[in-house]
Amino acid sequence: MKIKLQIWRQKSPKDKGQFKTYTLEDVSPEMSFLEMLDALNEKLITTGEDEPVAFEHDCREGICGCCSLYINGRPHGPAEKTTTCELHMRSFKDGSTIVIEPFRAKSFPVMRDLIVDRNAFDKIMQAGGFINIDAGSALDANTHLIKKEYADEAFNSAICIGCGACVAACKNASAMLFVSAKVSQYALLEQGKVEGKERVESMVAKMDELGFGNCTNTYACEVECPKGISVENIARLNREFINAKLS
Amino acid sequence: MTKLDAKIPKGPLAEKWTTYKANAKLVNPANRKKLDIILVGTGLAGGAAASTLGEMGYNVKAFCFQDTPRRAHSVAAQGGINASKNYKNDGDSDYRLFYDMIKGGDYRAREANVYRAAEVSANTIDQLTAQGVPFAREYGGTLDNRSFGGVQVSRTFYAKGQTGQQCLLGAYSGMMRQVSKGTVTMYPRRDVLDIVLIDGKARGVISRNLVTGEIERHSAHAVILATGGYGTVYYLSTLAVNSNASAAWAAYKKGAFFANPSFIQIHPTSIPVLNEYQAKLTLMSESLRNDGRIWVPKKKGDKRHANDIPEEERDYYLERRYPAFGNLVPRDVASRAAKERCDAGYGVGETGLAVNLDFKDAIAKQGKAAIEGKYGNLFEMYEKITGINPYTEPMRIYPAGHYTMGGLWVDYDLQTTVPGLFAIGEANFSDHGANRLGASSLMQCAGDGYFIIPYTISNYLADEIKTAKPSTDLPEFVEAEKAVIEKISKLMSVKGKQSVTSFHKRLGKILWDYSGMARNEEGLKKALTLIDELKEEFWNNVNVPGSDQELNQELERAGRVADFFEIGKLIVQDGLNRKESCGAHFREESQTEGGEAKRDDKNYSYVAAWEYQGGEKDPKLHKEPLKFEFVELKERSYK
Repeated sequence: MKIKLQIWRQKSPKDKGQFKTYTLEDVSPEMSFLEMLDALNEKLITTGEDEPVAFEHDCREGICGCCSLYINGRPHGPAEKTTTCELHMRSFKDGSTIVIEPFRAKSFPVMRDLIVDRNAFDKIMQAGGFINIDAGSALDANTHLIKKEYADEAFNSAICIGCGACVAACKNASAMLFVSAKVSQYALLEQGKVEGKERVESMVAKMDELGFGNCTNTYACEVECPKGISVENIARLNREFINAKLS
Repeated sequence: MTKLDAKIPKGPLAEKWTTYKANAKLVNPANRKKLDIILVGTGLAGGAAASTLGEMGYNVKAFCFQDTPRRAHSVAAQGGINASKNYKNDGDSDYRLFYDMIKGGDYRAREANVYRAAEVSANTIDQLTAQGVPFAREYGGTLDNRSFGGVQVSRTFYAKGQTGQQCLLGAYSGMMRQVSKGTVTMYPRRDVLDIVLIDGKARGVISRNLVTGEIERHSAHAVILATGGYGTVYYLSTLAVNSNASAAWAAYKKGAFFANPSFIQIHPTSIPVLNEYQAKLTLMSESLRNDGRIWVPKKKGDKRHANDIPEEERDYYLERRYPAFGNLVPRDVASRAAKERCDAGYGVGETGLAVNLDFKDAIAKQGKAAIEGKYGNLFEMYEKITGINPYTEPMRIYPAGHYTMGGLWVDYDLQTTVPGLFAIGEANFSDHGANRLGASSLMQCAGDGYFIIPYTISNYLADEIKTAKPSTDLPEFVEAEKAVIEKISKLMSVKGKQSVTSFHKRLGKILWDYSGMARNEEGLKKALTLIDELKEEFWNNVNVPGSDQELNQELERAGRVADFFEIGKLIVQDGLNRKESCGAHFREESQTEGGEAKRDDKNYSYVAAWEYQGGEKDPKLHKEPLKFEFVELKERSYK
């Protein structure tokens, strides 16, 4: 396959940045999207045509949440429920042009090329994304019985990989899906209910403080989430939040 | 030999840890905040340690190369975490778990450490559950368990195929809690490139800020390495592509012994290589072997589609060779059996380097929904990567480099041969012998981090209360920083023609071919020469573009690969020294008539701990004899 790439190049956070065009002649449909970028970098390094493109990646199996590419106007590209590293070149046609940008959001500043700083997510977690329990003080794991359907639902919320596609997809750059998934996981489990009120209040306050936008129910986040996290989590967060404010 | 005192507490096996805890020195809560601990690596072991030491009141500085601890490769562990809870009432106990690990490790692990790992396992499940880890549950609301390779009880707790992610996020949430309380300070996007010793004790590290390129000095009263394994030495492995061993290797060069480096687990069920640019091999959880049946055609070179091959023409070779354990034999046994069939010409797929993992019978018996409930995400992942739907045709799998049982030598305190330098999780060698059983990696990481290191490091720090925080202006820091800068400048200045990755791929191939699933003297010797040649070529022809004063991923990679040449060589040297087969280490010269691994307990019942001798000199071998007081050494049979 022959592929034309338009890639965002930005040397540092202060650099203005620009799109540059590159061409790859022999892309195999079996390659993953990131392997295609590896091939580009290999070419750039050996020919000296340009400096290699910086992009974040690690596990390359869709679980670490590192990859953060905005491909043809969509976070993680065209395939549904797929991270960039799981995307394969068979999803593209021979001769096509692919536009690659970093995730764009005020709270995710670009560090270099396609790498953004998502430290804001850690800060939200520090505001309450945990249960106050010290090692050594836990009761036997079967002390609290938890209905299987609640445990399964908590799991479905907990599988968020913290990639930030929800923020990148949202026209308001809202982090509601990310925050609501964590709030939901704990709200559904007995052990998380004790501090439910404080948690939802402080996580939402931190999210606002960090400059993430408000949710206006476009559901773009759910569509683009590589793990299929449901917007029902946002509804649950809203209920938890209102209850916290009323109590 | 005096340096290798494992400091195992006296007394019966089941009482050792209790005895240790009762006698260990303590640090008064008021004194803890005066003591700094540097922690390198924030996966499950490091994360659990950071949060727990923070809870105790120590001042923890935690380093990771990722942008956030939640991405550490513990996140990718799939199948589960073992614990001797015996919730299934099927005969499990601390002793049974201990015994399975000792046997699974082919009698090359230290009894006392393994027993303790089993002993604290039940508590880790309590802790992780309390932290909100959504483990799978039964309809009655209790926790569910499943069985895993190499054992005959159901003791594995799981969260679908994302157990590692959920456990890691549990530890990460605890760490974030301590960050908010000010006891843990995160240093993300840092490569730790050297360990600083003052008066023979570990007192700090030299790190590189991966965003600015700045070289930094950090001091502490003790240093913990939780840096994971060195499996990426093979280039293609199931590890995250940035996983590396540079901090552990720096520790080795500063005097920490490296134990059993040749003990590397080759995981039997990974997706085979599909293209030449492939950057990694994706694991398909071992739990799939609970329901999937492994087979190859009975006829050599049978190129028919798997679904067109009738039942009587299929060879379920694991069930045939190992009737007692069948598809659930341990990983090393399953990997070698797959290699044997493929080498003999029965492999499937275009390359012939794959075997079938078939769910047809399980789907027919349990229904598609049940299989989807257990393995849904794995099936999806497989289809995304290969474009093949495993509900309608068998998966194709092949072994891949996965987990390193070898690592920094540690004593019962998890302390290396350098005082004040500790190693936990996969970074140490202590619990898995020559082969790790499934779901015992998360178990070890959580146990080390939550329940072992807090006691043992306190025992060390109790004598350090009077030690003032070391100044980073001391000559030892200056020297270490200078060496780090020199190495970086050297890498930048080669300005050759080849990319770092191209060298890494070639190194990986040498190791896979000569020091992979099967090894022999001739091949290992050849590998030594090839590695030396390649290393020489690397230092003369590698091209690291850009500058060292900026975010430079090629430079990060270059430093890691430079270390992999040296680690690769030590792996081969260790493999050459150990002329027996044991666990994952298969020396072709030492096998039974049936082709099974043949141990030599008379000559090799020891831990091989290697000491760095400087420069290109051969490392010095120290032996820690393994004494088995509580189990009887047997031939490891799964038939």
